[in-house]
Order: sequence, then C-alpha cells, then structure tokens
Amino acid sequence: MENLDALTEAALAQVQQANELAELDQVRVAYLGKKGSLTALLKTLGKLSPEERPAAGEKINLAKSQVAEQIQLRKDTLERAAIEAKLEAERIDVTLDGRKASVGGQHPVTRTLNRIEAIFSSAGYRVEEGPEIEDDFHNFEALNIPSHHPARAMHDTFYVDATHVLRTHTSPVQVRTMETQKPPIRVICPGRVYRSDSDLTHTPMFHQVEGLVVDENISFADLKGTMDQFLKAFFETDVAVRFRPSYFPFTEPSAEMDIQCTSCRGAGCRICKESGWIEVGGCGMVHPNVFASCGIDAEAYSGFAFGMGVERLAMMRYGVNDLRLFFENDLDFLAQF
Amino acid sequence: MKFSESWLREWVQPQVDTKALAEQLTMAGLEVDGIEAVAGAFSGVIVGEILAAEQHPDADKLRVCTVAGADGETFQVVCGAPNARAGIKVPFATVGAKLPGDFKIKKAKLRGVESFGMLCAQTELQAGDDDDGLWELPLDAPVGSDLREYLQLDDQVIEVDLTPNRSDCLSLRGLAREVGVLNRVDVTEPDVQAVAATSESTFPVKVDAPEGCPRYLGRVIEGVDVSRPSPLWLQEKLRRSDVRPIDVIVDVTNYVLLELGQPMHAFDLAKLSGGIQVRWAKQGETLELLNDQKAELNSETLVIADEQGALAIAGVMGGAESAVSGATSAIFLESAFFDPIAIAGKARHYGLHTDSSHRFERGVDFELAALAMERATSLILELAGGSAGPVIEQTNAAHLPDVAPVRLRKAQIEKRLGFAIPDSDVVDILTRLGLVLSEEDSEGWQFQVPSYRFDIRIEADLLEELARIYGYNRLPTSTPQIPQFLPNESESERGLTGLYNTLIARGYREVINYSFVDPKLHQNCFGDAAAVSLLNPLSSDMSVMRTSLVPGLLSTLSGNIKRQHSRVRIFERGLRFDCRGPELKQRDTFAGLIYGDADDKHWQMEKRSVDFYDIKGDLEALLADSAGELRFEAQTDAAYLHPGQSAKVLLDGTEIGLIGAVHPQLAKALGIKKAAFVFELELAAVLKAEVPAYTAISRHPEVERDLAFLVAMDTPAAAMQDAIKTAAGENLKQLKVFDIYIGEGIDSQRKSIAFHLTFQHSSRTLNEDEVNAAVESVIVRLKEDFDATLR
Repeated sequence: MENLDALTEAALAQVQQANELAELDQVRVAYLGKKGSLTALLKTLGKLSPEERPAAGEKINLAKSQVAEQIQLRKDTLERAAIEAKLEAERIDVTLDGRKASVGGQHPVTRTLNRIEAIFSSAGYRVEEGPEIEDDFHNFEALNIPSHHPARAMHDTFYVDATHVLRTHTSPVQVRTMETQKPPIRVICPGRVYRSDSDLTHTPMFHQVEGLVVDENISFADLKGTMDQFLKAFFETDVAVRFRPSYFPFTEPSAEMDIQCTSCRGAGCRICKESGWIEVGGCGMVHPNVFASCGIDAEAYSGFAFGMGVERLAMMRYGVNDLRLFFENDLDFLAQF
Repeated sequence: MKFSESWLREWVQPQVDTKALAEQLTMAGLEVDGIEAVAGAFSGVIVGEILAAEQHPDADKLRVCTVAGADGETFQVVCGAPNARAGIKVPFATVGAKLPGDFKIKKAKLRGVESFGMLCAQTELQAGDDDDGLWELPLDAPVGSDLREYLQLDDQVIEVDLTPNRSDCLSLRGLAREVGVLNRVDVTEPDVQAVAATSESTFPVKVDAPEGCPRYLGRVIEGVDVSRPSPLWLQEKLRRSDVRPIDVIVDVTNYVLLELGQPMHAFDLAKLSGGIQVRWAKQGETLELLNDQKAELNSETLVIADEQGALAIAGVMGGAESAVSGATSAIFLESAFFDPIAIAGKARHYGLHTDSSHRFERGVDFELAALAMERATSLILELAGGSAGPVIEQTNAAHLPDVAPVRLRKAQIEKRLGFAIPDSDVVDILTRLGLVLSEEDSEGWQFQVPSYRFDIRIEADLLEELARIYGYNRLPTSTPQIPQFLPNESESERGLTGLYNTLIARGYREVINYSFVDPKLHQNCFGDAAAVSLLNPLSSDMSVMRTSLVPGLLSTLSGNIKRQHSRVRIFERGLRFDCRGPELKQRDTFAGLIYGDADDKHWQMEKRSVDFYDIKGDLEALLADSAGELRFEAQTDAAYLHPGQSAKVLLDGTEIGLIGAVHPQLAKALGIKKAAFVFELELAAVLKAEVPAYTAISRHPEVERDLAFLVAMDTPAAAMQDAIKTAAGENLKQLKVFDIYIGEGIDSQRKSIAFHLTFQHSSRTLNEDEVNAAVESVIVRLKEDFDATLR
C-alpha cells in the first residue's frame, strides 16, 4: 500500500507520455489490466485488517479511476490528433474545376418567346402554331388582303407556287384558330415568318408572336390595357407605352405600339432615332371581313389582335445590337444566353 | 411623302411649331419619318454678282473676283472655285457672316491678296449636294438680298411615311386638311378659277375601257414656250419634295400632283395622231417608256393610245415618243381617274414605281380631275404662255367608285372603343374630316363619305376616325373579362421545355437556322431527293426549303469550326418540308449534333473525342420519359450518314428518326475534319409521355450473375439481350452489358460480350436452383440462336 501514490504518479506520467494509442493501451494494461499493478494492489487488501480494508480499497479504487480517467482523456486527445492528421493528409485544392458536364442554353429568340408565352399563359392564353408554307387564302385573302391590295407590296413575299407562300406573318394562325375554335378565344401564336428582304436591319426569316382575343364585348380599351400590361411585364419596368393610329388590312381600328426608349428614357438618342420612342409592334380590332372569312358573327363578337417582332424585343431586352447575330449561331454569342 | 413645311403653312396655319406639328401628324397615324432643315444654320449670306474674275498673281487655282453686294457696293473676294466667272450670281458670305459649323467669315489675305468674304457652294451652306463649285443662282436673283429670304431657306422638309389606306394625304391639300382637323383651324385652298377656252382646239378622246378609266379629261394648249425654266418658287417646292425640275410643263404637272394629289400627264400634241384611246393593251404590244425602258405590254395593262399604238401605261408612266421636249409648242394635257384595281400591281409588273402609280394604286380623289385640270392650265398659261382649248371630258358614272353612306350606331362607340363621347363631338369630328351627315336618329347617324377617302367604307372605319382624332392615348384602358376556363393539360404529352432542358443540361446549345438551304448542300446530303424550291429566292444559296434540319446544323458546325470552336453541341427545333409523298408535309422536327471533344478541357479527365455512344446516350436521356419501347436498328439507307455508324430510331416499332455519324466524305466536303454525330427525330413522337402506373416493389433479396459469351463479331447486343430476357423468365429484373472484349486470347472472328443479370422474385426469396435453371436456359438459348459459347 505504501507505494500506491508512487504507482499512481508513475501511471499518470506514462499516460501523459504515451504518443500512440497502442502505447496508451499498454499503459492501461500495465496498471489497470487484470494483471496490472494497480489491480494487483487490490489483491493485497486481504492482508489488511477488516477495519482498514474499506478505506484502503476506496483509496486504491480512487487511484484506479483517476488513472482510467486520464487514460480516456489521453485517448480522446490522441484519437482527435489521429483524425486531424488523417484529414490533413487528405487535404485537396478545392479551387480546381469540378468534373462537370458543361451546360448549354436556349437560343435568345426562344428565351424571349418562352418569356412572352409564360406571361400570357398565366392569364389563360393558349399557344397555337401553324404551317410556314401557307396558302394564299390564309396568308392574305382571309386577312382582308385581296390580290390587288397595295398592302401586298409591303410584304415582300416569297412564293412557293402560284397559290402558296412562305407565310409573311403569324396572322394566318389567327384565321386557322378562328376557323376551328369558338369564342371565347385567347391565344398567342409564335413562329417563324419570311420576307424577301435582307440588309442591316432585316433578315429573310425572323420571328413574330401574334395574339388574338375574341369574345362578346371586347373593346379597343381592352386591347390597350392588355398591351400596356404585357409590355410592362416583359420589360419588368413601368415603361411608358403609346398607341399610334396605323393601318393593317386585317384590323380596324389599327394601331402601332411604341414604348419609351429604354436607352434614353424618352430624351432622344441614336437607338430611337431621336424620337424618344421605339416601335414594338402592331395591333388593332379584328376587321369584320376577317371574322366573316372565319365564320364568326361580327355583330355578336368582337376581338383584338396584336403582333410583335420577337428579335426586336430580344434586342431591346438583352441589348443585342445586330439582328443578324441571331441567325449566325456563333457559339460565343449563344453562350451569353 | 416629303413636303416643305412652309408650303403646308401656305395652306393652313396651326399655332404649333415644327416639332409639335410632326408629333401631331405621327399621333394621327401619319408617321413622321424625318425632319430636315432645307439649309444649314448660316447668316450674313447675300446674293452676290461676280462682275469680274482675274487670275491671282501668285496662285494658279485662285481667282480674284470683284463682287457686287448690297447697296451697289463692290468687294474683292479671292475664290478657288473652277466656275467663278464674271456674270454669274452666287451666294456671297460677307465679312461677319456665320456659316454652318459656326464658321465665321473674316477679312483675310490669300497669297498676298486681300479677300473680303467668301463665295459659296451648296454644300458649304448645307443647302444641297452639289459641291462641284459655286452655287449658281438664277440670273434674276436680286443682288444684295439676303439669301435665306430670297430662297425661303428658313424651312423644313418633313417626311411622312403614309400607310396605304391614306392616299388622301399624298398631297399638300390632303395634309393641310388633316392638320386643319387636328388643330381646329381653317384650310385656305388656292383660288382655282376655271380657265375659259381661248381657242377652239380639241383632240378627240375615246374611252374603250371605262371599267379601268371611268373618267378622262383632256385639253389642248397651244403656243407654249417650253424653253423658259420654271420659276424659282416652283423649282424649290418640287426640290423639297424630292422631285427633280425638268421643264415648265412637266414641272407644272408634278406641282399639281404634289399640291392637289392628281397625277397628270402632258403629251406633245404634234406627236399624236387621230385621237386618244383609253384601252387595254394588246398582248405583246411594245412601248418605249420615258425612262428609256422598252416594255412589252400584256392585255391586263391599261394604256393611253392613239391610232398608231400605245402612248403611255395609264397611271404609271408616259412613253418617250410622245413626251414633251424642247421642241414642243402644243400639248395635250391629261387629267383622269383610273380605277385602283386596274392600276394595282402594274407598275411593279414592269419594274416601275412612280409618283403617279403610287397614288392611283391607292386611290385618287375621283372628283378631282377637273379642278386639277384648271389649276394646271392656269399655271401653264402663266408660266409658259399659250392658249387653252376647251376641256373634253369622258365620264362613265356607272364605273366611278360607289360610295355608299356609312352608318354609325351610338352604342357601338362605347362597345367597341370602350369610351363615351358626346354626340356633338362625334358629329364635329367626322364632319371636320369632310364627311357629310346625311341622316340622324336616336340610335345613330349616317354619313356620306368624301370622294377622297377610299378607306372609309364600314362602321369600324368611322370608329377608327373618331378614335384617331380624339387621340388613341386619351382613350381609356381596361382588360378583357373572360370567364375562367381550366384547360385540359394532358399528362401523356410532354412540353418542349422538358426536352430542351434535358439537352441543355447535357451541354447542348439551341440554334436557329434559316429554313431555306443552299441547293448544293441539299444535294450533298440527300442527292436528288425532292425539295420545295422558292420561285423568287433572295439568292441561290437560300432557294430550297430544308427537308431536314441536319444541313443547317452542319453549316452552323462548319461556321463555328472556322471560329475555332473545338467542341460543339447544338440542337434545333423547327419544321422540315418533306415532299417525298404525294403532298407536302411540314414536319415539326427536333435534331441535334455533337462534334469534337467529349468534355471541356479538364485538369484530370482524360481528353477524348465524342463517338456514337455519346450522342446515343443523349438521345436515350431525351427519350427516357417517352411512352413506348425505344430501339435502334443499324441502317444504310441514309447516304449522308456513315453506313457502319448509324441507326434508325424506333419507338414501339415505328421509325421516328435517325441517329449516326455524318458520312466522312460529306464532312470533308464541308470542312469538318473530325467525326460529327447527329440525330433527327419527329417532334410529335418525342413529346409522347407515359403516365406513371405503379407496380408493387419487391423487398426480397436480389441474386446476381455475370455471364460472358463468345459470339460472331457482327452479332447485335440488342438481339442477344432480347433472347436472354425471354430465356431467363419473369424473375430477371435487370440486364446490362458490362464488358465487350475483342482481341488477344480469343478467336479473332469473335467478340466476348459479358452480361450482368439480376434476378428477384416479387413475393419470395429465390432459391439457388431456380436461378441456376434460368441461367442454364439462357446459355442454351444463346448457343442455339447465336452459336454463343460461354467464356
């Protein structure tokens, strides 16, 4: 018993000196194992008088638990250090590129169209599409553009044969919709259109989106309100919108829509040709002759239609300054969208 | 149409400045395209007369001029213009003058000779394009007078872009009428008096085609002096409307066209024989036009002719033979109404477009011819002298436009325009526009439409006029109130967005190519396969409608290779125009292309080029949700694809497209050096989706087996997989090829193909014997079908 303190002290010292878990375990076995030196002391209790035993036992147990506690602490420390060492060894350069598949993207025209569709479809408009090689009836006649009409000259039409053209606008889809659907009608018709024209600001193919609303009591005020809401939603700004009288054979009254130049805010600049306004599309009330072509009673129903150039909207929205970029499909250009 | 603002203000005097006037016009539907000052900003420039021009003593190219200025004073001016000579009148910028660009004229010494001012060219005053030398003014220009005042240069040229319905505004008269209405001010018409005939001379007129020419007026004027130039005021007005002054007769007819909107024509009377006939041309009849073009006429062309033949294409252009020339002393003046339908498209047919055809096609006031005739006659008599005969008129009233009165119902104003307006305002606006109220009742009004408004025929036209003059932007706004309707959103049809997103996530960029392709490229890809051609292509390389999206993708690829892109992944959606069958089909199509590196450059991943299985994997991902069983079958029909690396894509046994490597020869021809892979699918098939239907999941253990077989080299894996599936029975849950080996250690004619089979029973644990039996039957089956031996 006399060497209990010395033993304890030695044990504690060895615990602190152990730098490996295995070494620490050896210390544990040497002192606390079945044959350990502290455990052995307990066996000597029998030599003491019954009166002395409890106190001595308690003392030995206290020493044992003190050593055990220190072993555990030391173990924790060594384990933590081991984990840290392992983690340190596993350190990588997190700034290197990941093993990724590069992500592509939508064409800006599609992106713009999707945006337009999203805005209108949330208000209940359906999307309709139609053929691009279109017959003369749907592209012209039904839209109140008979063959001698001067407006045909405005269209620079590509002909496929005597009675078929590459559609010059998406308006034929209006006609096709009204031929097959009964009012109320709320549709937008996006798609490719073709005009025989090519220069800095014209490409022989471009995109339009047409809209058509037909029901009882649709008024010009409804048209104005709808276009105003759309343009504000599309440009995500409280942009000023104005309507100018214009002419389209298939609408009456007809209007052209301008928004205040987003670049100079109406002060006048190169982009808006100093006018402060930028034209974004045409619109109007469906002409009674168009209703008649589609078998809709113009007395019972009224409606409005609108058409916008998609590339033009995309150019304004994304700041693209050359129309032709849209069809060159340069990956450096496409990668920006 | 371009016009001089000061000319307009002779007709109508609104209290608004140029900018406000332009704004008014634009907002009334007469869009102002541009405003340009007639001359630059300058001051202190007067009319000077060169009295003498001497050679400069020290400079070959300079002359020392003596110039008469204001108040009889003379000045010495050194001038370098080649046309500086005594006797001409020129703009003279005196000392102290300011020229455009804030350029001040000071006393100067040029090579030792003093110069007091500067003589100017048109360009130096920004008053024209002529910079050949000094601007030579008319010889009657008053010396010393201010040039701006003399030439009325404080003026703007306003260009309006008129829509085809507003032919009534293709004249100063029409524009003035519109400005008058917009500003509620009166319009002053020039006082046109009928010119009494001072001779008996007439020339017979016969109208054989009254349906094309319901009204024809003719008049003979003899003794005209064509040698005199038109006066400055007339020339300036023409010039400001972009009309070139020619001679006094032609200038007057052009003036009346601009002023009143009536196209007229003057014939040299001496060149006419017999009488005027207005008739349809004889097929093949020829006519040499004023612009020296020889036209071969067709029978749908209305002509003015005499006994000898056609003299002019009616309403379009006169002939060279009968044109007024310097030798002309008597003219036959024409003022007619040609029906728009008779004229429409005719000018374009002959490759022409004239101020006359532009107006007649759109509609000229059919009551204007007589007034215009008197206006032109009096101007000609005033400016060229002569004596006029009586006006001969041939009118066929039955063929004049039938202008029925138009009814406007009060209720429609609120219903269609969405706003209320007092009755008196309605009548006021419409009558100011020249309509005449002919009937009125409690429900509405009836208006008579003036002969110059070809665009007002129905109630909606009156609504537009009301809205237009009231102001579109003053009208209220609202939104349509339409009952809710929830549409049928089919779950067995996928949206395009899903397709797009699958490919985009796999690195593809969407492209949009023209729908027309170069016929050479079409032929390279598809040989002699039929395609739709355009009758009037913009250029030959855009003349054929694509029968496939692949040529466009290949063009885009070669374009991007030229721009040094080494990794390309693109797709496109659009119509292709398939005319293989009896009728043309416009098929909505989805196509993609990959080329070059499989991955972006990476510090660790191994660099490799894409191959067939890359694009096939993309396509399989694209169709992962589609309804039906997807299969690939080797194909050799499509010549533009590599015969050994291409396949038909089948969905439930139906061909929905193709996939494969672009034929190396085609690629080479397009400058594509590495292998490119494409797919092209029918969009409708791709969009079909399966609505999920739950089947019970098994919680019992799976048993796995790997089997490797040696088979002939050309055995398709899919066929073996089909056989395995049938042979292994219903407990086979999954089957994958996990290894292909060709080479050392095996028969060189054979390949080793290894399958991984997973078995599982839906409701119990499978025992070893069952699995072994299934594997055994697979081995037997493959031996039978493919002579496959277990490796």
